[in-house]
Amino acid sequence: MSAATVVAAPSAWKRATRSGGLVIGLVLAVTMVLIAIAAPWIAPYDPNEQNVLMKLEPPSAEHWFGTDAFGRDVLSRVIFGARISLFVGAFATLAGVLIGTIIGVVSGYLGGTVDRLISAATDVLLSFPQLIMGLMLVAVLGASLTNLIIAIAITAVPAFIRVARASTLAMKERDFVDACRALGFGDLRIMFLHVLPNIMDEVVVMGSLWFAAAIRTESTLAFIGLGVPPPTATWGGIIRDGFDNLLDAVWLSVFPSLAILVIMIALNLIGDGLRDATDPRAPQ
Amino acid sequence: MSATAATDALPNAVASAEKPALIVDGLTTSIRIDRQWFDAVRDVSFAIHPRETLALVGESGCGKSLTALSVMGLLPAGVGRISSGRITVDGTDMTAASAAAAQAMRGDRIGMIFQEPMTSLNPVLPIGFQIAESLVQHRGMSARQARQRALELMELVRIPAAAQRLDAYPHQFSGGMRQRVMIAIALACSPKVLIADEPTTALDVTIQAQVLALLADLQRREGLAVLLITHNLGVVAAVADRVIVMYGGDVVESAPVNEFFRRPTHPYSEALLAAMPRVDRSAAALAPIPGQVPTLPDLPAGCRFQSRCPHRIERCAELPPLMPLAAMPAHGVRCWVRAP
Repeated sequence: MSAATVVAAPSAWKRATRSGGLVIGLVLAVTMVLIAIAAPWIAPYDPNEQNVLMKLEPPSAEHWFGTDAFGRDVLSRVIFGARISLFVGAFATLAGVLIGTIIGVVSGYLGGTVDRLISAATDVLLSFPQLIMGLMLVAVLGASLTNLIIAIAITAVPAFIRVARASTLAMKERDFVDACRALGFGDLRIMFLHVLPNIMDEVVVMGSLWFAAAIRTESTLAFIGLGVPPPTATWGGIIRDGFDNLLDAVWLSVFPSLAILVIMIALNLIGDGLRDATDPRAPQ
Repeated sequence: MSATAATDALPNAVASAEKPALIVDGLTTSIRIDRQWFDAVRDVSFAIHPRETLALVGESGCGKSLTALSVMGLLPAGVGRISSGRITVDGTDMTAASAAAAQAMRGDRIGMIFQEPMTSLNPVLPIGFQIAESLVQHRGMSARQARQRALELMELVRIPAAAQRLDAYPHQFSGGMRQRVMIAIALACSPKVLIADEPTTALDVTIQAQVLALLADLQRREGLAVLLITHNLGVVAAVADRVIVMYGGDVVESAPVNEFFRRPTHPYSEALLAAMPRVDRSAAALAPIPGQVPTLPDLPAGCRFQSRCPHRIERCAELPPLMPLAAMPAHGVRCWVRAP
């Protein structure tokens, strides 16, 4: 083969950005995060300030998203709601990824009885729909910010155990793992220094999709009254507040729903983009 | 049979006052098939001195790789086990050692290189890190010291522009270069014994020759005892001092390399050499060995080659011992017909 025929494989970044989806997703998600962080400075009003004279006002120049039944500015509430939704989603996903991946790698790598027990427990947990499980956990733990994060994280754990375990099973048959054993490396070192970095791509793809699922679960729980207690603004809570006046003031529920829609689309675009970037079988 | 008896009966080609770096004495390794244990390696004995190369030859499934895994203490738990025999590496009895002690030996006093350089390196870690890792692990070096030593090792195995490649990843290396990296990793802690499991099979011929020459050079310099596992008789002729031919888990012939090629005695060795293509004969003259290696549960009692052997006699139902030839005591053969 002459040197001229050697073509460098396109970098993962190039492959990821070729379709544009990942870029759009990242731009949208980063914008949302920046808005959430800057909420106190960019929100036009205090999200909890009531104004009985301005109840259920439709969108206008002063109140872009209108006002709710207590006269609170919906735009400000949506902006502040982003903080809770993204915070809960991010931390719950992070905790779920961390715990689930560690258990999954250990289970897949060690095999045997440990693996059978963990897999059986995972199957039991996975048989509950995510929302039902989150509901049960919040009902048991009580509705608070921390408990919400814990509950949603627990719903994510079995999914990550499964992904990490499956990838580890494939990885531990690879020659380099034998080579590590032949070098006298311990199981912990092989699991977390050699196997883990090799399965991170799948975990990250899955993580971005679960981030979306966590936000959805948080909103749903808030909608049915099991979220962060009022008057704290959360997207699910705002939709629920607007639900009572849905026929006369549709904007109350529409704008927070749009916010959820945008972050869902953004995170799914990111997830798909990452999968395309890391999957060598993806069409070029 | 004790180790000394084994080495007395079959003196080594390389006369050496030094103690053998690796002694395998009466090794029997069993593997499990459908809840039954079968002896896949039977009563294998050999000793390798520093600077000596022993080639373990045989076709797939003859037990040569299993022998290597037994020596490394890396038999898969629940599937393979050492049923009897003793393995001594650099004076330490590996079979009696605790799991932790055996682990500390691996990569430190006994190294191994594998067949597939393309997959034996971790794809997501830089080369320099992978070479340095066992130095940190076994020698307690700091990351900086180990990195410096990794650079020296890369130069030792003649990787060009080593300093620029410390932080390169395996996919940026060719097969031959990766095998050099594997050798550098295996030799990082200056082991006494190196097991090379088909080290050149995955490489093309010119690269094979380079890697073999490098191995031979490093062996002289570091005083390594090399256990070379291969089915390539050309490689054996080029680098080995002594040859052990295995068939169905038995050592069928053991001889110094020149003696082996001059006078292959066991019918299986004879057949192996006749089946090897040579430049001075036409390809049509190749004589394949009829039949296939029986699977473990189907192996016959007695001599395991008897089902494919053209010289079979009744006594073959009884397992012959490894008998030294009268003319050449270092040459042993496990055959009733050919032994004196």
